[in-house]
Amino acid sequence: MTTPVRSEAPAHTGSTTTRLLGVAVIVGLVALVLLGFFGAPADDEQADAVRLIFVHVPSAFLTYAAFTVTAVGSVMWLWKRSLWWDLVAHGSAEIGVVFCSLTLFTGSVWGRPTWNTYWDWGDVRLVTTLILLLLMVGYLAVRSMGGDDSAVATRSAIVALIAAVNLPIVNRSVEWWFDRTLHQKSSLTDGNLEDLTLFTMLLGVVVWSLFYVWAMIHRFRVGWLERELRFGDLDVAIAQRRAEARASGDGGGR
Amino acid sequence: MTHLGYLLVGWGASLGALGFYALRVMQRGRRAAGRVPPERRRWLAAEETS
Repeated sequence: MTTPVRSEAPAHTGSTTTRLLGVAVIVGLVALVLLGFFGAPADDEQADAVRLIFVHVPSAFLTYAAFTVTAVGSVMWLWKRSLWWDLVAHGSAEIGVVFCSLTLFTGSVWGRPTWNTYWDWGDVRLVTTLILLLLMVGYLAVRSMGGDDSAVATRSAIVALIAAVNLPIVNRSVEWWFDRTLHQKSSLTDGNLEDLTLFTMLLGVVVWSLFYVWAMIHRFRVGWLERELRFGDLDVAIAQRRAEARASGDGGGR
Repeated sequence: MTHLGYLLVGWGASLGALGFYALRVMQRGRRAAGRVPPERRRWLAAEETS
């Protein structure tokens, strides 16, 4: 038996929590695939195409959740100048863009067998979701433009809050403009789902949520490290400049 | 099973995108962590090894 020893901080962003979450996500994904393809029944109208609901609805749910967290983080940055919340806002926006892209893609793939089209520019749900995605891609573009960290955080927080106005519009669009969309109303509230279909869809939401938490922890740490690198490089540059200034001062006899 | 092509594309894209993002964020973390001094990776307690 060996005595435990303390090692240096590991050169990665993992921890016991992320490893446990990772295992839970993998187990959940296996269960989701088995239930999604072989457990849940086919639909009377859509046949097996309905099985896309198990990836489409969780992606849409996590899109709302991730961008809501970004909006909250942005408010907290503007209000409290909290670096922690700024890193949360940035990380959540990045993950939200992945989920929002998947929502549009899986919805489009599902639309072909059920609506006979991949895309309809007159459909308010589709177009408002696309606008949301473009706004959040714009948020990430603002973040990547560089410059003073505080100014970048403030500019991007404003973009995030403009995008957040679109969230309830996307969500309510199928109610407000029901005659201008092919999209059904809420899968949860319309009560048309079989029990096992509903269970599998909710399992999908749980698995996607666990993935979101796992990814957020890693992404937050990446954001922290990259900030440390920027400020570390700045510290080195300032020290070099001071050394140069001292050296030139000595050389000039002052 | 009907619509198998649509199902494989939709599910494949979803699982593939999440897997790709997961690998990418871990890779970014490793790269950045390798360049930051251990004392500044302060979100992590040092791990116990035996």
